Amino acid sequence: MNFKNLKLNLSNKNKDLIPQILTVVFLIIIVIYFTINAQSNMGNRGISFGFGFLSQESSFDITFSLIDYDGSHSYARAFLVGLLNTILVSAIGIFFATILGVTIGIARLSQNYLVAKSAEWYVEIFRNIPLILQIFFWYFAALRALPLTVDSINFYDISFLNVKGWYVPKFVWTNFSLFIYSIIFTFILIYFLAKYAQKQRDKFGKQIPTFYISILLIIGLPFLTFLIGGVSLSFEIPELTQLSKTVYVYRGGVSIIPELISLALALSMYTATFIAENVRAGILGVSKGQKEAAASIGLTKGQILKLVVMPQALRIIIPPTTNQYLNLTKNSSLAAAIAYPDIVLVFAGTALMQTGRAIEIISITMLTYLSLSLSISVFMNWYNKKMAIKEK
Amino acid sequence: MIKSIKTWILVGFASLLLVACGQGGGGAGSKKSKTLDNTKKAGFVKCGVSQGLPGFSNADEAGNWTGIDVDVCRAVAAAVLGDADKVKYTPLSAKERFTALTSGEIDVLARNTTWTLSRDADIGLTFVGVNFYDGQGFMVRKASGINSVNDFKNGISACTNTGTTTELNMRDFFNSKNISYEPIAFEKADEVVQAYDAGRCDTYTTDKSGLAAQRTKLSNPDEHKVLPETISKEPLGPVVRQGDSVWEDIVRWSLNTMIEAEEYGVNSSNASSLKDSDNPAIKRLVGAEGELGAAFGLDNDWSLRIIEQVGNYGESYKKHIADTGILPNRGPNELWTKGGILYVPPAR
Repeated sequence: MNFKNLKLNLSNKNKDLIPQILTVVFLIIIVIYFTINAQSNMGNRGISFGFGFLSQESSFDITFSLIDYDGSHSYARAFLVGLLNTILVSAIGIFFATILGVTIGIARLSQNYLVAKSAEWYVEIFRNIPLILQIFFWYFAALRALPLTVDSINFYDISFLNVKGWYVPKFVWTNFSLFIYSIIFTFILIYFLAKYAQKQRDKFGKQIPTFYISILLIIGLPFLTFLIGGVSLSFEIPELTQLSKTVYVYRGGVSIIPELISLALALSMYTATFIAENVRAGILGVSKGQKEAAASIGLTKGQILKLVVMPQALRIIIPPTTNQYLNLTKNSSLAAAIAYPDIVLVFAGTALMQTGRAIEIISITMLTYLSLSLSISVFMNWYNKKMAIKEK
Repeated sequence: MIKSIKTWILVGFASLLLVACGQGGGGAGSKKSKTLDNTKKAGFVKCGVSQGLPGFSNADEAGNWTGIDVDVCRAVAAAVLGDADKVKYTPLSAKERFTALTSGEIDVLARNTTWTLSRDADIGLTFVGVNFYDGQGFMVRKASGINSVNDFKNGISACTNTGTTTELNMRDFFNSKNISYEPIAFEKADEVVQAYDAGRCDTYTTDKSGLAAQRTKLSNPDEHKVLPETISKEPLGPVVRQGDSVWEDIVRWSLNTMIEAEEYGVNSSNASSLKDSDNPAIKRLVGAEGELGAAFGLDNDWSLRIIEQVGNYGESYKKHIADTGILPNRGPNELWTKGGILYVPPAR
């Protein structure tokens, strides 16, 4: 290597480096200044700073929790309850927003005038109304429309819908772990089957119906555990109980609270509109020539969509859809308005008020959302990389 | 990627700490009051109130605030600035109220806030007194057949506000009765009312004065009733920042003056004519004797202005709570001389 060249490179590097170092130093000084300022201000006002409160007893109850919780648990546990509730509603929201969004996006490109126009109207209406209003609409409209507990909407005597929530049967398992193992085993099997099928196709051009075999496996193997593994499943059906002259409640079963239903509904219907537009853009972004070329070598319509159009469309769809997933997760913080106990309501709301530790709690909450969003980002970036066209 | 994350965290923290940097607080222990100086300089009292609770702090269509909490701020403005109308009101949610006070956005918090040990001792606040003795109760539908809290059974659902002592009392109450319940806590009172009205919950629990006020917002107020039991003590009173003892004294004695004035029969219409009263206590109240104002750095007519411009406690209660039909009966909020528990130290 040429020595002179190396020296030149280094000095170039230095030129880039110095402003960067200055920026970082400047930022650090600002942070230190604000920290000291905040500390002295808080000291003046007799406010202490610390995270010791997290282990104190929270002494408030939460409507809906995925883990065992009541007021005798700690604030840290209350935080976890809120976090899990946020993740739950975001996951449900993302799931339905994706399904709805893809459907609407494809529908907008339909040849059928009615289907295309309905999809367009859907998008234009739902993306142009502020989300908080949609949440209020679904919540209070649903509350007003649903019957009282005593005249619940009855689904075949096993599930009941009323103003207090949707009551569904609870699954009571025996040997549940064996059932889970069988499912995990099935997925591993399917993975290897897919690998094998790909090899067969690449080497001998043989098509193996992987899809049908997988479905057979998914249904078949867990079913076997019922027949010979001693797994059994029974249902605990909610039962109507009278508390007073006009007050009734369903006991037993699982209750899905109306706050969760309306929040998930509003989030997915709103975000679906943006995902639909991404899908439409993605599909339109694949040039017509690709489809014609695929058709000319004899691929069927389904194969064209699956093998030619979608892989290229996904490349366009995934990055903006990642944004929508992040938005949905952050938008779930509007839950506080309708009493869905997410992290903002439980931790940045009730816990903040009970302890008065605004700075600690808000920074924990901010960092939590940051990590949640970054996790989604990392996953979607990985998926995007996997889907990206590999230039050869 | 990594670098951008770091930058984000830094920026996040920096902006977070900015919030904590409000204005400088009053120096602890100093004889001079920074809050008082700032208030005089600004020309108005910065007062934190509720987002709308009839009788306590509520704005009409024109944006004029009224209520017994509002009157505390008006009294402070009358004492300090000479004009009860020189108040800037900041409506605050239960969540925002303490941060707004400790950060210096407001100087007096008069927002039906319960005086508790942890709030007083832990988070940089000082409660200066009680302007309303309240207690938590339950509202139910009349048709429900529930006539007492003893009729509550397992599985009952209760709506309330989040971030208040009611949430904690509710748990203590149901636990002591060994009743399992479904707590549904909303951020704003209006949403609690709507949810209860729609039947989402069987009972609505908050301070009894609040129940009485919120009942008027239901679609059919007559179909609901407040149960007789009171499950907690809720002494509501004005709050100031810790560390400015002069300002703390001004707010405390502005409230005390209103109560003491009622005790001695001094009201907004007769105050100025009582300057030559025979009773020295009355003379002190109307500024005709003693130099009481000097202790806070105020002139001697500070208490007279409070009584003339805002009125005594009894007038304030009658105007905002009794005549509006919220709680016609004064109950514990009657003077100690008339069977209530309103009792303030003598102004001398």
